[in-house]
Amino acid sequence: MSEIDATEKKRIRWRSRRGLLELDIVLERFLASGFDDLDQGQLADYRRLLQLDDNDFLDVVNGKADLDDAALMAIVRLLRAV
Amino acid sequence: MGVPVRRFDAVIVGGGGAGLRAALQLSEAGLKTAVLSKVFPTRSHTVAAQGGISASLGNVQEDHWQWHMYDTVKGSDWLGDQDAIEFMCRTAPDAVVELEHFGMPFDRLENGKIYQRPFGGHTQHNGKTPVQRACAAADRTGHAMLHTLYQRNVRANTQFFVEWMALDLIRDAEGDVVGVTALEMETGEIYVLHAKAVLFATGGAGRIYAASTNAFINTGDGLGMCVRAGLPLEDMEFWQFHPTGVAGAGVLITEGVRGEGGILLNANGERFMERYAPNLKDLAPRDFVSRSMELEVLEGRGCGPHKDHVLLKLDHLGPDIINQRLPGIREIAIKFAGVDPIKEPIPVIPTCHYMMGGIPTNYRGEVVAPKGDDPEVRVNGFYAAGECACASVHGANRLGTNSLLDLVVFGKSAGDSMIKYIREEMPTWKDLPADAADRSLARVARLDGQTGGEEVADVRAAMQRTVQSRAGVFRNDANLKLGVDEIAQVADRARLLQIKDKSKVFNTARVEALELENLVEVAVATLVAAEARKESRGAHAHDDYPKRDDDNWMKHSLFFGSDRSLRYKPVHTKPLSVDYIPPKERTF
Repeated sequence: MSEIDATEKKRIRWRSRRGLLELDIVLERFLASGFDDLDQGQLADYRRLLQLDDNDFLDVVNGKADLDDAALMAIVRLLRAV
Repeated sequence: MGVPVRRFDAVIVGGGGAGLRAALQLSEAGLKTAVLSKVFPTRSHTVAAQGGISASLGNVQEDHWQWHMYDTVKGSDWLGDQDAIEFMCRTAPDAVVELEHFGMPFDRLENGKIYQRPFGGHTQHNGKTPVQRACAAADRTGHAMLHTLYQRNVRANTQFFVEWMALDLIRDAEGDVVGVTALEMETGEIYVLHAKAVLFATGGAGRIYAASTNAFINTGDGLGMCVRAGLPLEDMEFWQFHPTGVAGAGVLITEGVRGEGGILLNANGERFMERYAPNLKDLAPRDFVSRSMELEVLEGRGCGPHKDHVLLKLDHLGPDIINQRLPGIREIAIKFAGVDPIKEPIPVIPTCHYMMGGIPTNYRGEVVAPKGDDPEVRVNGFYAAGECACASVHGANRLGTNSLLDLVVFGKSAGDSMIKYIREEMPTWKDLPADAADRSLARVARLDGQTGGEEVADVRAAMQRTVQSRAGVFRNDANLKLGVDEIAQVADRARLLQIKDKSKVFNTARVEALELENLVEVAVATLVAAEARKESRGAHAHDDYPKRDDDNWMKHSLFFGSDRSLRYKPVHTKPLSVDYIPPKERTF
C-alpha cells in the first residue's frame, strides 16, 4: 500500500459526500473527529468502505448488517460510535 | 480564451435518475453524450427515494391513467400544467415497463406481474377509493433505478465526468445555450464543454433550509446557473415539508410514532396540539401539525438553547412498545438526536423535503422563458428534467411516488427533444462566445483573492436560519417581508465569501463556496416569490390569506435574479387529449 498523501485525503473527504443524508451526517462527524487519527492502513480501509453502495453502507453503519472483512468492520465500529 | 474546450453533441449536468435516463436516450441514438456529476452517479440523491414509482398498470386493482391524472391535478392544488400532467400519467405504464425490461428488480405478484402498493393521495374513480399504484423494488426503488440506468449507460458508451462540477451556463449573443463551464475537482482546472444541446438534471436545493431531509449535494447548482445566465425560476415559493425531522439533523421520524401515542410538547411542557386540534390532536394532517409546531417556535415557546424546536415525547409508551412497534426509532434518536427516547423526548422540527418549483420547461423538457408577449418561448439548446425542472407536474404540492416517475418520463422526453433538435436544427456547433469562460474564471478568481470577507459556514448558517424561520411552513406577510430583507443581506455577504485553502487539486472548500453561491440564489427566489403570493395553495400556507384564490392567483410565478423581480404566466388548462379538470376545494 503506497503512502496516502494529502491530496488523497482531500479526495477521500469529498467521497464521503453521499446520496443519503444519514450517511452525510455520520461521515461528517467522523471527518471532524476520528478521521485525522487514522493510520495509513486504516485510511485505505476507510477508502474501501466508501465504495459500498449507499443503502448497504447505511445498513452497516446502523448495525442492521455486518461485513465479513475484519479490517473494514474495525472502521465500521468507529463510525457506529460517532 | 485560454481555457481548454471539449466538444460533445449533448452535455448533461447531473447523474441522478433524470440525467441518466436522458443520457441513455441520447447515447443509444448514437450521439456523443457527456454526463457531469459531482459524485459517482449511483450516489446521487435519487438513491434516497424509497416509496416507489406510480403508474396505472392496474396489476392489483382496476386503474386508469385518467384517475392518476386527476389525483396529480388535485394534489397540485390546480397549479400543475394539465398538458404535462396528462403526458406524465399517460406515459407512466410504458415508462415502468421499460424499466422492467432494462432489468430493474421490481417486487412481483405470484402471477409474475409487477406488484403495486397503496400510497397516499392515489385513488380510483377521481378520489373515491384508494388504489394500489406504486411499483417498488423493496424499500430501495431509487437505488435500483439508478443502478439499472447507470449500467445501461455504460453499455451505451455515455461518457461520465465524475467529480466535475458545472459552474456556469454559456449562452451566445442570441441567447442560445452552447455549453457549460465546469470545474474538474481532481485538477482544479476549468473547462468549457461545448455542446449542441445542454440538459440540466441537477436535482433539488433543499439545503437552503436549516432543517432538510436532502443530502449535502442538493445545492441547486442548475438553478443558480440559470439565475446567473438571466433565465427565470418558476414557482419557487412551493416546498414540501414533513412535520417531524430530528432538529439539527433532518433525519425523518416516521408518522407512526404519533400513531402509536407519541405526543408533541412545547418549552412549557404543554401538549400544544390539544389547543390547535382539540379532536385529532397530534394526529391532525401533516401540514396542520407542521404549522402548529412552527407557530409555537415563532411565539417563543420553542425548546433548547435557541428555542428553535419542539419535543416528541414517547417515553410514556414504555420500552416494550417502543422496541416492538417502532423498530429503528430508538437507534435513529440515539444516533442523530443524541437522546434515548425511552428516557427523553426527541427534539423535532418541520423539515424541508422536496422542491416543487424549478427551471421552467414544457412537457418536452425544453426550457422556456418569456419573450415579448409570449410567456413561453423555447430557449434554444437548453433542456431540464427532474427535481430541478418545473414542467409543471407537481404544481403547489407533489404526490408521493410521482417524483421517480417525473425523472424517467421527462428525462426520456427531454432526451428525445434533444435528439430531434440536434439532428434537425444543429448540423454543426454554434460558435462559442469569446467570453464563454469569463464569468466562471472571475468567480473563482474573486473567491481565491478575497480577504477580510465572509466564511462559508457563517453565511450558509445565516441563509438557512432565514429561510427556515421566514419561509417555512408557517407564513405571514410580516414575517415574509422581514425574510426578503434578511435574505438580501445574506446575498450581500455571499458576494464576499472567502476560503483559506487556495490549492487547486481537490479543493473542497472552493466547491462548497461555489455551491453556497447557488443555494443563495435559490433562497432569494424562494423568499421573493413567497412574499408576493397572497393566497394559500398547496405547500404555500399563508396565515393572512388562508384561502386559495383562483381568480387572482391560479398562475405560475417566474423569478428573475438580475433585479429580483417577478412575472407571472398562466397555468396550462388544456390537457393534450382529455377534458380540463376544473378546480374544486381540496378536501380529503
